Parts: sequence; C-alpha cells; structure tokens
Amino acid sequence: MDLTLHVWRQKGPQDKGKLETYPAKGISSDMSFLEMLDEVNDGLIKSGQEPIAFDHDCREGICGMCSQVINGRPHGKQEGTTVCQLHMRQYNDGDEIFIEPWRAKAFPVQKDLIVDRTSLDVIMQAGGYVSCHTGGVDDANALLIPKPTADYAMDAAECIGCGACIAACPNSSAMLFTSAKVAQLAALPQGKPEARKRVLAMTQAILDEGFGNCTNHYECEAACPKGISVKFIAKLNREYLKTMMPTSTGA
Amino acid sequence: MILDGKAPTGPVEQSWDNYRFDQKLVNPSNKRKYKILVVGSGLAGGAGAASLGELGYNVDCFCYQDSPRRAHSIGAQGGINAAKNYPSDGDSVYRLFYDTVKGGDFRSREADVWRLAQVSNNIIDQCVAQGVPFARDYAGYLDNRSFGGAQVSRTFYARGQTGQQLLLGAYSALSRQIKNKTVTMHPRTEMLDLVVVDGVAKGITVRNLMTGEIESHWGDAVILATGGYVNVFYLSTNAMGSSVTAIWKAAKKGAYMANPCYTQIHPTCIPVHGDAQSKLTLMSESLRNDGRIWVPKNAADCEKHPSEIPDDARDYYLERKYPSFGNLAPRDISSRSAKEACDADLGVGPGKRGVYLDFKDAIDRVSENTIAERYGNLFDMYEKITDENGYERPMRIYPAPHYNMGGLWVDYECQSNIPGLFVLGEANFSVHGANRLGASALMQGLADGYFVIPYTIAPYLASITPGAVKEDHSEFKKSVEDIEAQNNKLLSINGKKTVSELHKELGTMMWENVGMARSDASLKDALKRIPEIRDEFWNNVKVTGESKDLNQQLENAGRLADFLEFAEVMAEDALNREESCGGHFRTEHQTDDGEAMRDDENFSYVAAWEFKGVGVKPELHKEPLKFERVKLAVRSYK
Repeated sequence: MDLTLHVWRQKGPQDKGKLETYPAKGISSDMSFLEMLDEVNDGLIKSGQEPIAFDHDCREGICGMCSQVINGRPHGKQEGTTVCQLHMRQYNDGDEIFIEPWRAKAFPVQKDLIVDRTSLDVIMQAGGYVSCHTGGVDDANALLIPKPTADYAMDAAECIGCGACIAACPNSSAMLFTSAKVAQLAALPQGKPEARKRVLAMTQAILDEGFGNCTNHYECEAACPKGISVKFIAKLNREYLKTMMPTSTGA
Repeated sequence: MILDGKAPTGPVEQSWDNYRFDQKLVNPSNKRKYKILVVGSGLAGGAGAASLGELGYNVDCFCYQDSPRRAHSIGAQGGINAAKNYPSDGDSVYRLFYDTVKGGDFRSREADVWRLAQVSNNIIDQCVAQGVPFARDYAGYLDNRSFGGAQVSRTFYARGQTGQQLLLGAYSALSRQIKNKTVTMHPRTEMLDLVVVDGVAKGITVRNLMTGEIESHWGDAVILATGGYVNVFYLSTNAMGSSVTAIWKAAKKGAYMANPCYTQIHPTCIPVHGDAQSKLTLMSESLRNDGRIWVPKNAADCEKHPSEIPDDARDYYLERKYPSFGNLAPRDISSRSAKEACDADLGVGPGKRGVYLDFKDAIDRVSENTIAERYGNLFDMYEKITDENGYERPMRIYPAPHYNMGGLWVDYECQSNIPGLFVLGEANFSVHGANRLGASALMQGLADGYFVIPYTIAPYLASITPGAVKEDHSEFKKSVEDIEAQNNKLLSINGKKTVSELHKELGTMMWENVGMARSDASLKDALKRIPEIRDEFWNNVKVTGESKDLNQQLENAGRLADFLEFAEVMAEDALNREESCGGHFRTEHQTDDGEAMRDDENFSYVAAWEFKGVGVKPELHKEPLKFERVKLAVRSYK
C-alpha cells in the first residue's frame, strides 16, 4: 500500500519544529508501524537527509520506549497496543498519517519524535519502592498474600512507564502512572508501612515536575497500551485522603 | 596460557560459604572513598548498582535507554528458577546445580553454578520483600510452573512478564539509592571505550546520546553488565539497541572473550514474515507446559488448514523422540528438532519455516479461560503480529537467536583478566556452559547483582588506593580522541548503503554459516566473508547528520562496526571447537540419530580468546574444566 506521512520534525529542544510530508510507498500489511518508518528512514538517508528520530528499543511492547502520537492518539488507533506492536494491516492504501511526539510541559521535545521523560523517573525516586535492604529478608512464603490481592497488585504493576497517559490527558496529568505504583504497593502488605509517606512524596513530585491534576476525563485509560484502570487513581486518592486522618499511634 | 578460574578448593557445597568467610572486607567508613562504575541497568547492573550503593560505595550507573527501567531484561517472559522446593516435588540446591551443569552440557565451572543455585532462594525472598507481585495460589502461597530441562516445578513467575516485574523491582531499589544520592544515574549514555592504565581498568569513555558529547569517567572499578550480542545475527529477540560494543571495547583493551560461539537459539519464536522485518518476537517457553509441538507427517499436508490434518497424520516429534521430557526438552534440542523438521520439507506457514504449537488438547482439558489466564498476553501478542487467533488454530513458531552463553572471561569473583574490570549477567560466560536452561537468565542476573558482586568486589577494592587515577590521565584523553576520530570517519564515508542494509547482510550470512548448524566449510566461508562485509562497511556506508548531536544512525553504525569485528572471533571459536555441545552444533560431530556428540577428552575447557588486532587471528587461552561433584555423562533427555 502507499501512504502519505506528515511527521513532526524538530532539530533540537530550542527549535520551533513543524510537520513535514513524506510518501511511504510499497508498504506491506505485515510490517509493524516502526518497520514502515525504518523503510522511510532508509530512503531519507540515501537521499542525504537526516532520518526521522524516534525512540524504540524492545519492539515487543514491554520496554515502554516507543512514544508517538498517531493521528491524534498516543500509540495509534489499536486498543491496548504500543506503537511497536501496531501493524500496518490497521491502515489502508492511500491513508494520510500524522505522527507527532508526546506533548506535555514535563516532556520537552529533544528531537523530532523523541521527548525527555526524566520526570517519570523522578516521581519513582520520590517513593516508588519498598525500603528493604538487599539480603536479610524473610522467607518468601512467610508472608501470605491472597490471590485477589496479588492479582490486583499485578494489574497495577503492568504499567510500562511509556507516558501515553500523560500525552492523552488534556491536563498532562501523571495520575494514572503514579497511581499504578501507589496502588500496587499500598495493596501489598510489604508496602503498607510506608504507604502514607509514599503517596505524599509521589504526589508532591507530580506537582514539582510540572504535571497537571486529574479532572476525570479517563483519556489516560483509553490510551494506555496495558489497560491500566482508572480505579487505581481512586485508590491513590483514597490513600491520599487517609494521610489526613490521625493514625492510632498519632504518627 | 592456562587460565585459572580461582574456584575455591574443597567440597563444592561449602565453597561459597568458605569464600565469604575468607575474603577481605572494606570497612564501612572506607566504602565511600571508592567510586564504582556500573555499565548497564538490567537485572545484573541495576541490582548490582543498587546493592553496592546501599553498602556505601559511590556508584555511577550508565544505560543507553532513557530510563534504567527499560533495559532488555524487561523482555523476559516466563519466569525465574529457585531451589525452594515449595511444591515438595524433590527439588534441592543440589538438583538445581546438577540440572544447570547438565543443561549446559558440562561446559561450565562447577563452583560458580553451585553458588548460583545456593543464592537462588535468596533472590525470591528479596523480590517478594520488594513487592514483586509473583503469581500465587488461592491460599496465598507462591505458585510454580515447569520449564525446559527440569522435571520439577521450580519456576516462579508473574504472568507472562516475569522479567518486567523483576526488573521493576531492581529499578525500585535503584531509584531508592538514586534518591539517597549513593548512585548517580547516567541515562541515554553509551559506553564506547574502557580506559586501562598500566594494565588495570580505571574508567570508561562514553557518548552522551542527547548531545553527542564524548565524556570521561574515572572509577576504582568498572562493572560491565551490558547483556548479550546475538544481534550479530541482525534478527533476534534482543532489543534493537542491544550490542556487543561495551564488552568488545573491553576485549580490544585486553579482556578475553570466552566461548563466543555458545549462542542460544530459542525454539518458540514467531516466524519471519518478510524482508522488512526488524526483529523477532519470542513466545515464552512456558507455553510448552500446555502446548504440543507438531508438524504434518506428509509434506503434502503442509499447505492444509491444521484442523484438516487428523491426529495420526501429525508427528509430535518432541514427544516421540524424548518421551521423558516431551515438549519440555531443553532449548537447544527443541530448536534443532524444529530445524530438522523444516529441512525435511515438513515446515508450515509462509516459506515453510515454522512448526505448530497446539493448545487444543490443553483447552479441552482445562478450558480456554484457564489457558487465557496463564498466557493471555502471549496469545494477544501473537495475534497482533500474525493476525491469527492462537486459541482457534495452532500457533506457528520457529527458532530465533535469543541469548548468548559466551561472554567476557571472568574468574570466580566475576573479575576479568584485566584487574578492576568485573563482568555480570549475560555479558560474562560463567554459569550456563554451552546451553542455558529456561528461567535461568533472570536467576543469574539477579544473583550476580544482589548477592555475588557485593562480596566479590571487596577483596579487589581492599587491595588498591581509591581515586589514584582520575580523568586528567593521558589515557582518558587518548580514548576520547580515538572515539571522535572514529565518529568523524563514519560520517565522512558517504557511501551508498545504509547501516541497516549492511547489518542485514552480516546477520543473514552469520545465521546461515554460524547459526543452528555449523560445519568446517560454513565457518571457513564465514571467516572469508566477514572481512569482505567489514571492508564494504568502511568504504560504502552512508551515515548522515552530525557527531555532536542526537544521531541514531551514528549510534547504530558504531555498534555494527563492533559486530563486524566480533563476528570473526565467534566464527573462529566455533571452528576451533571440533565437537558438538549444547547450542554449538557441528554437523561433523553427531550420533547416528542426530544428537550432539561431545568430546570431553579434547574440549573440556573454556576457550578464552585474546584480541590481537582487527583481521588478525585471536590467540587462544584455555581454562581446563574440572568436574569433582558431577560425573560427566552423555546428556540424555530420552
């Protein structure tokens, strides 16, 4: 099939950037979206132009590196799919495709489709962990965790940290991303001792990094390639609310 | 030269305990005087950096991705082994040790494998403490499943994303140390050289992938945990950025490359669909717990819809050839059997390079819902890529390059022959011998990072003066100049072929000649063709853009330049090893029924190759392997 691409080109963080148009000819429907871009790039290189810069690595939908807004939707139109797992059979001959980077104040564009997502690491560093030491922990089966709790934690833990939820949100809110980690650890007994401290530190980091707040649009859930549910945002809010109540020990 | 792996003497069962008691320690208040560089942030590097930081060392950690959470350990699906024996089915540290030595076809170092089996249980405890959501049963206990090469259920898992969950566990530990300022993280930074001063590793030279600046970093020790090199085949299950570069640069500075020909071809991957394909996708080996592998008995049936082929016209070849392990035969054996079936013209799907992996019997037995709960994400992934529903018709699978057992030579302390250079995880050669069993890579990565390197690095550090060499040393300056010169050269060639076209040429040739079956003739052909492709690369590659800028083509060109040198030592090693063992299959050395034939008398050694110059035959050094606890035997899964 033959397609027309309109791709965001931006030389560097200070450059204004604009959409450029490229033809993509003779594309097989079995190709992945990124393989289609590889073909276009090989053509650009041969004609002496700089190829389109885009982030990608595992190409199997798990590393979270790929990050493109395709025809207005983060990761494109196929539900529950990262760009690297999107295949060209989703498109038809003659289609026009607009490709842009994630857009958010906290994700400055570095070049073309590549953005800086360091702010997500900063949120994790604020408290996205259990403060256990290496070694000196109990036997793994000493702590029984009911299967529904383990499944709930796993549903949240599947987040790949790509940032599509933020790119999709009209407020560029990082609530779905943050809540997935808060909910995973607050549900598990291992994470409970630090639950209060964690939710306060991580939500403060959201504000410090320049993300907006959540106003319940649910665009994040619709864009998430791993189907992370907005119920975790409710869990985060509940955990946050709990920090305003005195604890039994007064701490 | 005969190499000494420095494995502790005495009974192997006590080797690790004795070692830990005998070793020198670094006083807690002295630890902060040392700076350690960790390259790579996967299971081995991430866990190692976090643990060393927590102990009080100053750690700098480097990764080429935009976040340490994206290292390719994240792609591992099936699980992680441990000798917990929770199902009470006869497992023990000894059995895990024995299975691993046997699975590796008796080509690994006994003491290293014992240590791995011993600390395997600590890993599960550690991960649970971190909040890794392993699968559990309804009573709340941890669940297990089986993997290839074992007759016990010792594999812990988190749906089909065990690697992701373990890596996020290590990432959380790393994040905590970054917050505590014991670890400084350098994402989007690629190591391009090892700096060696007077024969000792003293730092690295890196490229900032955002700005293109070349930077120097001094360290009292350098730890490489940079993963595998099977992208030398171009198509593999590795991430696009996975490369040999870090360990090859170290090899060019004198570190020995051990057993580079031991590569693992994974039996259950989605077959190749066309010329534009950029990577191959693995379907977890855990699928073989419930899927049955078969091909039609008659070539005439290969084009038919699988449901039209009755049971008696199907050859369930693994069940037929290996009745006691069946579909859970180890990876090397399963892959070779698939190749044999397709070579016999019994393959299915486009190009007839595929075999069926059939879930019909399992669905009839336990219901589609149960199968979906176990492997749902894998079925979804299969459908996205192939447009076929794996519940309704059998999946098509074919072997693909997945892992390498070879890597930089290290002694028992994970230290290379260059003092101060340590190597962890897939990047070293140590524990998997000639074939790795499923769910053992995650085990090794975390063992090395959490429980081995924090102990084994101490004796070296205790023997040196911290901070003795810094970035003002002339070796750092020279290293920066060399890299800048190479980058400028790559940008000035302005030829006609792109990096990916040349990489594809190298990969196709390596897959044909140094892939699943190797012969004297194919290896000699490879040794003739590698320098030809390398010459063409240096005369006809086209790389656009600038060196002092974000330039992904330049990154790829540098990685391919290293593959084009490394490929030669891989072929040399395969040519030298006149036997078949594990993943290394020489067609000249097989039994009448096509099984691998080892030659313990002549080849029971680690082949460690010393770089002597580009295009110059490397020098072979040997480390003899001694088996004191395990009796050498023909590896049979029948």
